[in-house]
Amino acid sequence: MTNLPFTIRKLMTIVTEAVIEQPLLKDLERLGAHGYTVTSARGKGSRGVRNAGWEADGNIRIEVVCDLDTATSIAAHLKERYYDNYAMVMLLSDVQVMRPDKF
Amino acid sequence: MDPIILFFLLGLIAGLLRADLRLPGSIYEFVSMLLLISIGLKGGVELASQPFLNLLPDMLAVVLMGIALPLVAFPVLLKLGGFRRADAASIAAHYGSVSVGTFAVGVAWMVTRDIFYESHLPLLLVMLEIPAILVGIILARGMSKGTAWGDVSREILLGKSIVLLVGGLLIGWLADPAGMASIEPFFFDLFKGILAVFLLEMGLIAAVQVGALRKYGLFLVAFGILMPLFSALIGAGLGWLLDFSVGGTALLATLAASASYIAVPAAMRISVPEANPTLSLTASLGITFPFNVLIGIPLYYELAQRMPIAGP
Repeated sequence: MTNLPFTIRKLMTIVTEAVIEQPLLKDLERLGAHGYTVTSARGKGSRGVRNAGWEADGNIRIEVVCDLDTATSIAAHLKERYYDNYAMVMLLSDVQVMRPDKF
Repeated sequence: MDPIILFFLLGLIAGLLRADLRLPGSIYEFVSMLLLISIGLKGGVELASQPFLNLLPDMLAVVLMGIALPLVAFPVLLKLGGFRRADAASIAAHYGSVSVGTFAVGVAWMVTRDIFYESHLPLLLVMLEIPAILVGIILARGMSKGTAWGDVSREILLGKSIVLLVGGLLIGWLADPAGMASIEPFFFDLFKGILAVFLLEMGLIAAVQVGALRKYGLFLVAFGILMPLFSALIGAGLGWLLDFSVGGTALLATLAASASYIAVPAAMRISVPEANPTLSLTASLGITFPFNVLIGIPLYYELAQRMPIAGP
């Protein structure tokens, strides 16, 4: 098998309230994310069950692949801007990508 | 008993018993969109038959009511209820604004009993939706600092309910009557069926909120019942001042009594994030919505009948 040229990048996964999707995506782009994926989500956490039964009760999961610097500035911004008042969880992990310039 | 009310009770009971029943989110969204469009269309068709300028005094009057109601609710919540400023402002905004679902049940109630009501009420519904949100935001944080008015106005003006209500009004207003006849079976004839499904889901949602009630105690329960009663008096008084019919007065009282759970929660979440959304939603969905649907609407009709009314 040939060795494929993989590079390590960061995968940020943000689970939060659907209501802040628009401002949040604007923030992500401003902070240097080249792209993102948004999916609808439901679940339970410290702020109770959010089962997406209706508008104000929906969660989203946003995934962003980016370099460490971008991830750091996004993380700092989210923590300062949203953590106090919104249901939000942010996870950071390493992923391997084949086209590092894309992220 | 009205079948649509029984659907609501079915949802409520199923929810309380934790039955395995859940409308898919996209179905709920579709059903609530249909309701908004139907109400808008119906109003628009009627509006086409009367000069718009005559309606301006009514529109202005309900805007004033939309500003006044949260101003009354706020100090009660702050002083008597002991809520934090942001929470009091947010709850007040919910109660100053309106619930389209409650209005739809009111309309169905009137139609079932062949009771006349003023056809521009959907327009007044639209007018009532927004002022309380602005008052709520200002009560929470004053005019100046930190409010992203751009995001807020986007959320308010381009939110689902305003776009579909206003859009429906315009379509009904602009479309020619012959053309409207072709879409009537879907939007008008099926209205009560759609409303029944919507109320089934609302029962399920309300049941979830009832669970949260135990945490927030008696004051919120009392507020969720007494505030709509007070607002209904104001609404009925306004209907009387504006020379509305009995049905119209009852529906205006219903509008005043209803508390928002679509437009306001979203707008408040964006603009006053420190307010606890569970408080306002527990009150508006867990108490006020069921109260209005089950007891309020017939009561407001009683009230309207007792007003000394000159109109038809």
